[in-house]
Amino acid sequence: MALFLLQRLSVLAATLVIASFVVFAVMAILPGNAAETLLGPTATPEAVAALMAKLGLDQPLGVRYGRWILGLLRGDLGVSYAYGSPIAPLIGASLTVSLPLAAMAMALSAAIALAGGVYAADRRGRAGDAAVMAFTQVGLAVPSFWLAILMVILFAVMLRIAPAGGFPGWADPVRALGALILPAVALGVVQAAILTRVTRSALIEALGEDYMRTARAKGVTRRAALWRHALPNALVPVLTIMGLQFANLIAGAIVVENVFVLPGLGRLMLQSISNRDTLVVQDCVMLIAILVIALNFLVDVACAAIDPRLRSRAA
Amino acid sequence: MRFARGGFALWLGGALAAALLAMALLSLVWTPYPPAAIDIPHKLAPPSLAHWFGTDRLGRDVASQIIAGARVSILVGVVAVVIGLVFGVALGLVAAFRKGVVEDAIMKGCDFVFAFPALLTAIMLTSTFGPGVVNAIVAIGVANVPIIAKLTRATGAAVLAREFSLAARGAGRGPVAIAFDHVLPNIAPALIVQATIQFAIAILAEAALSYLGLGAQPPQPSWGRMLSDAQSVLFNAPGLAIYPGAAIALSVFGLNLLGDGLRDALDPKLRARS
Repeated sequence: MALFLLQRLSVLAATLVIASFVVFAVMAILPGNAAETLLGPTATPEAVAALMAKLGLDQPLGVRYGRWILGLLRGDLGVSYAYGSPIAPLIGASLTVSLPLAAMAMALSAAIALAGGVYAADRRGRAGDAAVMAFTQVGLAVPSFWLAILMVILFAVMLRIAPAGGFPGWADPVRALGALILPAVALGVVQAAILTRVTRSALIEALGEDYMRTARAKGVTRRAALWRHALPNALVPVLTIMGLQFANLIAGAIVVENVFVLPGLGRLMLQSISNRDTLVVQDCVMLIAILVIALNFLVDVACAAIDPRLRSRAA
Repeated sequence: MRFARGGFALWLGGALAAALLAMALLSLVWTPYPPAAIDIPHKLAPPSLAHWFGTDRLGRDVASQIIAGARVSILVGVVAVVIGLVFGVALGLVAAFRKGVVEDAIMKGCDFVFAFPALLTAIMLTSTFGPGVVNAIVAIGVANVPIIAKLTRATGAAVLAREFSLAARGAGRGPVAIAFDHVLPNIAPALIVQATIQFAIAILAEAALSYLGLGAQPPQPSWGRMLSDAQSVLFNAPGLAIYPGAAIALSVFGLNLLGDGLRDALDPKLRARS
């Protein structure tokens, strides 16, 4: 396991370095120039040059990349052009909304997927299975932000039992959690559709394995065999897909935050785009990439912990 | 029974996809009203014979916008899927033919791109180049590449291990000839199925980007932007948020069903894998 961890950690480090290159390349090297965008098409070349000097854009690429990365490592994300304040606290504040939202949505989708997947696999080919699969088809087709808007119409416009959006802040934790429930449901239900299908097919595969027959022959009940033997074996693909889905969950959260006007990472990024605050966008994208890559690393390790075969194969 | 269900998915999915295509084609020659025509005196009109789905906050005919909105969805979907197919198939074939370091590098690269969903790439591109439908297409197309590449490598490697591929190799045929004569025809069904599903995902992604203002720009009608317009008048005209969303969901549902149906029809072996 130690060798496996060491190997995975080095891959993780290399991936993060490449990710930082990519983000920097797209945001800083491509022909669009932050200073030109900021000042608009009527700007004089002198004004552009002056702003470029102020933003440090006149430095060589290597210097700019080095400054950015060293800053990131020290927790110094630079200064927002539009807000005139350090970026780290801005992102920190937005994460207090986005992270709980993502966690709630993920927990909800995992719960739905596990329940739905086990139920459907257990009744493979029967009406219950068909009903679950039909629901997943609907979940795959409905955009999470439309579901969010529909829930606003139902709960805020028609029933008037929930606010149409906004976030009261964590000073009042109950109301804060309440404001995250509808967004988390919109995100979680749609994510659950894919995860339910993966759980179902992984479980069906596990149910057909020889060890299941052996367990049943030993007198283990069908239900016990499913929970004790089939489900743990089905968890590896489910966890892997959950890790891969995390990036999509974050993307979905960016959109859903905008439906509910939540002051999270998604809104910060979109406001920064309209403010032409390139460095904030660059930091946010890098942070999301770090989150996604780190989570997939954890999934790898978790899968190896569940299934020892994965350790030896990798090492 | 199962075959019948596959057939049903194929027909219903095909019908919905055909309706999407027909709407886009129809909008090129006819819509009930010009989709971008503003008519403030008749704003927020309820559905009627004159305006089937009513009018929006600027008095634009919603039905016309829905019909014309199919164009952007199809444009983005088709181009993004073609980008995914061209680069994905090429990379996947190279990985399947040249095992070892090259294969590892391509597959690691694919895993890496998964960390950047289309929305994130689009946000980066938009903040550098400003918003537009081209960014959306590039971002969604790039996100398609690793999915197609992984599928091509997996299915392509299986074909390469078959006797007829070995025979072709033994007969001295080069990798390019083998790829075109033996590998591609055999993996085409799997690619077609996946392309259909990626098309559906592209429509969802385009809608999300346009909703955020990062995709299609006014006056180009787009379902995603109609939804963000509708949100500003949600308390006065909640119905405006129903039609564009339903158009997105029905199109995606149809394409997903078509993908499932094609999978059953083209290659029964694939069914077990899904």
